Amino acid sequence: MTSETARLRSKTWACALIVVLTQVFGNFFLKRGMPAELGSPLAYITVLFRPWVTVGVTLLVVWLLSRMTLLSWADLSYVLPVTSLGYVLVAFVGRWLLDERITRQRWAGILLIVAGVALVGGGSAPRTWRGQSGEPS
Amino acid sequence: MARAIGGTIMKWLLIAIIVASTSVGEVLQAIGMRRHGEICDFRPGALGRAAGRLACNGVVIGSVVAMAVSFFAYLGLLSFTDLSFAVPVTAVTYVVETVLAKYVLKERVNWLRWAGAAIVLCGVALVSL
Repeated sequence: MTSETARLRSKTWACALIVVLTQVFGNFFLKRGMPAELGSPLAYITVLFRPWVTVGVTLLVVWLLSRMTLLSWADLSYVLPVTSLGYVLVAFVGRWLLDERITRQRWAGILLIVAGVALVGGGSAPRTWRGQSGEPS
Repeated sequence: MARAIGGTIMKWLLIAIIVASTSVGEVLQAIGMRRHGEICDFRPGALGRAAGRLACNGVVIGSVVAMAVSFFAYLGLLSFTDLSFAVPVTAVTYVVETVLAKYVLKERVNWLRWAGAAIVLCGVALVSL
């Protein structure tokens, strides 16, 4: 493994970690602050000013930015499966922090998602596409 | 009863809006970021300049609009469903996007990735039961 490959690999993993964590906790805080019903179009705006929702939205903004950053050098078809790990962590957060009832089918689905993510993330290179700007100086 | 049916229709309508707008948004985002090139400099000033250039990129603006539509539809969905339903069910976008990555972005998607994608999809289907 060359130092360039190592640099790209650790950069990719660090960025992917931020993407996953902000997605999971952004969604958690969003749900925590969300009322049971959004009646009017205006409610979609005013709900953004509830404290927990604001925290959630802020984390999701970080999620969006870190994801865009990751996409500047990594393939969409690599980024998608790796960050789909977040969907699994969200289920755990729902179960443990929000007391949601999760059926056996849902847990089975979670295991399948983990298997799929391991299959795609395990063997593929972090980069299959080269930028027009070439290597950084 | 009518209310329950209305809720179900509303639920799947919102999911359809989320899936469509997210997929379009993500593909536009990938196109826009590629046009920009790899982000290598993580100092605040350089990141700010990169953000400034991206804000003038039409494709990136289009992706942000699509993401905003998806976000508000998602807020609506999240208000009356479980977090552990709303988040996995929107992962349906994932399959649409892999197909778009292959045919619109012309990325190489090998059979291992397709297999992984298929398995993740089965998982998502089970999660949303």
